[in-house]
Amino acid sequence: MPPILSLDKVSKTYRSAGHTLTVLDDVSLTVEEGSTLAVIGPSGSGKTTLLGLCAGLDSASEGRIELNGVRLDTLDEDARARVRNLYVGFIFQNFQLLPTLTALENVMVPLELRGERQARERARELLDKVGLSERGHHYPSQLSGGEQQRVSLARAFANRPRILFADEPTGNLDADTSARIEELMFSLNREAGTTLVVVTHNPELAARTGRIIRIRGGRIVSDEPTGRDADRTNTAHA
Amino acid sequence: MSADIQPIGSRGAGTRWLFRMAWRESRRNRSRLFLFVSSIILGIAALVSIYSLGENLQREVDLQAAELIGADIAVNSNRDFSPGMRRLVDSLGDRRSEQRSFPSMAFFPASGQARLVQVRALEGEFPYYGSLQTEPASAGASFRTHQAALVEKTLMDRFGVKPGDTIRLGELGFRIEGALLSAPGQTGMTAAIAPTVYIPMRHLAQTGLDQKGSRISQSRFIKFDRPTDVPAIVKALEPRFEKELLDVDTVESQKEKTARSFGDLTRFLSLVGFIALLLGCIGVASAVHILIRERIATIAVLRCLGATARQAFLIHLIQVSAVGVLGSAIGAGLGTALQQAMPLLLKDFLPVQVHALASWTAIGQGMLTGLLVSVLFALAPLVSIRNISPLNTLRVDHGDLARRDKLRWLVYLLIAGFVLCFSALQLKSWSKAVFFTLGVGVAFLMLMATAVGLMRAVRRFFPHGWPYVWRQGLSNLYRPNNQTAVIILSVGLGTALICTVVFIRGILLERVSLSASGNQPNMVLFDIRSTQRDTLLSLARSHRLPATGTVPIITTRLESVNSIGAEELARDSTIDMQRWIFTREYRVTFRDTLTPTEQIVKGKWKGRWEGGDAPVYVSVERKLADRNHIRVGDTLRFNVQGMRIQTLVGSLRDVEWNRVQTNFLIVFPTGVLEKAPQFHVLVTRTPDERRSAAFQQAVVRDFPNISIIDLGLVLSVVDTLLEKIGTVIRFMAMFCLCTGIVVLIASVMISRYQRMRESVLLRTLGADRRQVLAINGLEYLFLGALASLTGVLISMAGSWALASFVFETAFRPDLLAALEAFAAVCALTVGIGLANSRFVVNRPPLEILREE
Repeated sequence: MPPILSLDKVSKTYRSAGHTLTVLDDVSLTVEEGSTLAVIGPSGSGKTTLLGLCAGLDSASEGRIELNGVRLDTLDEDARARVRNLYVGFIFQNFQLLPTLTALENVMVPLELRGERQARERARELLDKVGLSERGHHYPSQLSGGEQQRVSLARAFANRPRILFADEPTGNLDADTSARIEELMFSLNREAGTTLVVVTHNPELAARTGRIIRIRGGRIVSDEPTGRDADRTNTAHA
Repeated sequence: MSADIQPIGSRGAGTRWLFRMAWRESRRNRSRLFLFVSSIILGIAALVSIYSLGENLQREVDLQAAELIGADIAVNSNRDFSPGMRRLVDSLGDRRSEQRSFPSMAFFPASGQARLVQVRALEGEFPYYGSLQTEPASAGASFRTHQAALVEKTLMDRFGVKPGDTIRLGELGFRIEGALLSAPGQTGMTAAIAPTVYIPMRHLAQTGLDQKGSRISQSRFIKFDRPTDVPAIVKALEPRFEKELLDVDTVESQKEKTARSFGDLTRFLSLVGFIALLLGCIGVASAVHILIRERIATIAVLRCLGATARQAFLIHLIQVSAVGVLGSAIGAGLGTALQQAMPLLLKDFLPVQVHALASWTAIGQGMLTGLLVSVLFALAPLVSIRNISPLNTLRVDHGDLARRDKLRWLVYLLIAGFVLCFSALQLKSWSKAVFFTLGVGVAFLMLMATAVGLMRAVRRFFPHGWPYVWRQGLSNLYRPNNQTAVIILSVGLGTALICTVVFIRGILLERVSLSASGNQPNMVLFDIRSTQRDTLLSLARSHRLPATGTVPIITTRLESVNSIGAEELARDSTIDMQRWIFTREYRVTFRDTLTPTEQIVKGKWKGRWEGGDAPVYVSVERKLADRNHIRVGDTLRFNVQGMRIQTLVGSLRDVEWNRVQTNFLIVFPTGVLEKAPQFHVLVTRTPDERRSAAFQQAVVRDFPNISIIDLGLVLSVVDTLLEKIGTVIRFMAMFCLCTGIVVLIASVMISRYQRMRESVLLRTLGADRRQVLAINGLEYLFLGALASLTGVLISMAGSWALASFVFETAFRPDLLAALEAFAAVCALTVGIGLANSRFVVNRPPLEILREE
């Protein structure tokens, strides 16, 4: 399978009060389409920065990032926004639903941004898939944490993304709800054939993916397949 | 961007989606958005009410112009018409009236009181348009047939006289036929300064007051009974009128004159309204700034989902524009309602009765201004939306979004450009508009600088030893999302405007009072005939008043300066002299010494003419000389009641005018004018009101032709004037102060969302109700104190500058008024702040947290 995402010698540094802080240091990585991958590591190791760069939320200080054949490092922010809208889905730890929009409207937004005429129907269909067809007209504040994350999942899959980035998707949920959300996320992922990149502290969640990358001090320290994606071959080198 | 990342088979989100998102996004913020917009409502209301007044006034002036002048043509002169001109004027029109007017003392025997009035002796049916409105109504016609007078109602009320009582003018008593309510072209203001008394012309000679020579103004009123092209007739005769220095008014010219002067008034008032609007816009900008900071996460999610920076920016721009339109519409509605009050407020200044009708032009202008200005001011924080990174979904970064954006400077430039263009449109002058814009900019910057300086000072010299509650309240002044700058700006500017009005009033009254402090004279008697001089001096001395001598006054006209006369000045526009230099009358004196109020600044004082062929050296007041480029050695030719006198400018003098004292623009040496027709002035000092009244009564009884001005009268006129002008300015300044209060309330309400979590956390950690209230109360006390103190200090600085450089007097601020303003603003701020905090302390913390 061709890689959906590739990073070549990517670094990210910040300048603060005259000092240079390197958060990611010379990271190279390829992710094949349809695979699942977990990034784990201690707080401050650079996981979230890596996720931000891979998803085109930020620009790298050095190196080359390619997502679905598009060079992200050469694009400006608005062009990266279009890339995200076309190919990327997101799931966040704190759900990040728009508080002034209903559940249905939240799911509709990525579709409306693409100018899709059937946005409402598609959003309803997705809410139905996550079991919230009756809660479409509720606002996020009227939903429980688990329900909010299910709306977030429906939104993430709304634009039929080629790759889904999940940042601690169950970090704010109790064990039972977490289990249900994980199940839903992996089943939707399988069904859509989407590549999944999960950033997590949770070893059980990581173990459900086909490959685990450990990161520490901004560098990849290990990259191991779990056998879950046995039919796919992923490679990574730091 | 490569082709493969274009949305395939779709058009992307269009304008409709932007509007839909703006609507959705506003759902939970509408009440807060309304708070933002409430800041501009009063400014728009002020503008719309003033624009409406201007339009209504213009319409009424057009409709009532004939009643302003009372005739088709009015010919006015401050000296007798020449026989030729009299024949010419008498040949015009079908009906004519004549009026002679002059100041004189009026004595009311019933109350034993006297006052300087403007006597108008009238012959004929004037006014031909409109009427002399009187009480009873018949008095306006009936006084003409008796030895009777119409007396200004305000004067009758003050002296407690009624129709049927007597008023004595000069040597003749008149029965008061009725109270004069209004006369053509007269405003409440004219009545306050010089109350009018109408008498029939045929009794003027019996009063003995018609010997005042050229101090009597003449007017001829002409009425055409058949349709006539009056402006054409006047235009044809203009050269002859000009040659005789006559002032001619027609209905058309009066219409233009009135429209011009009230155009100036409404333009000035609209600028004050505009300041209120600008103040409100500062509130809008501040509120939008807070809104954007709160929406960083939401905007970041939108960006994450693929919205471009432009789309995120446009969604919020649409919201701000919509609330701008809403606020402007509410403001326009309020302004239309408020304009009903404007004619009442300005009644003393308006020469016509104004009916307040709704003006769609005014409403349109006001709404357009409101929309433009609110969007422009909101743009400054809105442009920072473009800098919100989608990365904020993963890691919230509240760093300074604005500092990175150069586009913000373009917005500031647009705002300055808008203020400049708006003020240029109002003032009809680019140079004045530049001054106005700079003035507003400097005031805003000063307030901002004060706010920033205070925040830094509090931070730097923070009293770490103070109790916790005090420290917490104080530190709220400089912590993130503080409202210090916006509250100091809005409340401070409102306070500054109100205090400045109070201070200036104080300065002007002080200036008049000071002029007669110590042993300075406080009474001037004029129109003293040479034959009365010695007897009057004796009378003064018998009242134990200081009276060493009188000052002679001779009425002259200036005919030429270095051979340039009125005609040449009219022909040659390159001559830099003021036209009135030849049209006005000069009341000059002669003496051989300078007075203590004079100082020679150029040339040499020559107090005595040497006779024969020796040149006559006169001394000219410096400002008059400067304005007309008159220098030492120039030749001035005077016409002293028919006799031409060639003089040389011997010296230029600085004169202190702000004294009750005889001061002169031109002083002749002794030996030249002694034989010329003259009257005298006596300047004296009365120690108290009782002796002043006794002396005035004696003078009016023995010398009815002599007029008296005493300091009490001057003070009361100045006070009345200031009261009337002050009411209007205070009313307009109230718009600014009220806008400041609205901005304060809006800021407090908006910051409630900022402070809420903190207060709830404090309560959760065990702070009791009293402590939370104390922290909030102290924060608002500091804010109120800083805002009002800054406002008071700025108004003091401004008033000091005005006192020192414009009025040239010492500035003694009314500290009690300043203290009152300070206390009132502090109390108001604390009150609003605490009312807001009650919301937090009266409910369980969890309930609030769930809501938020």
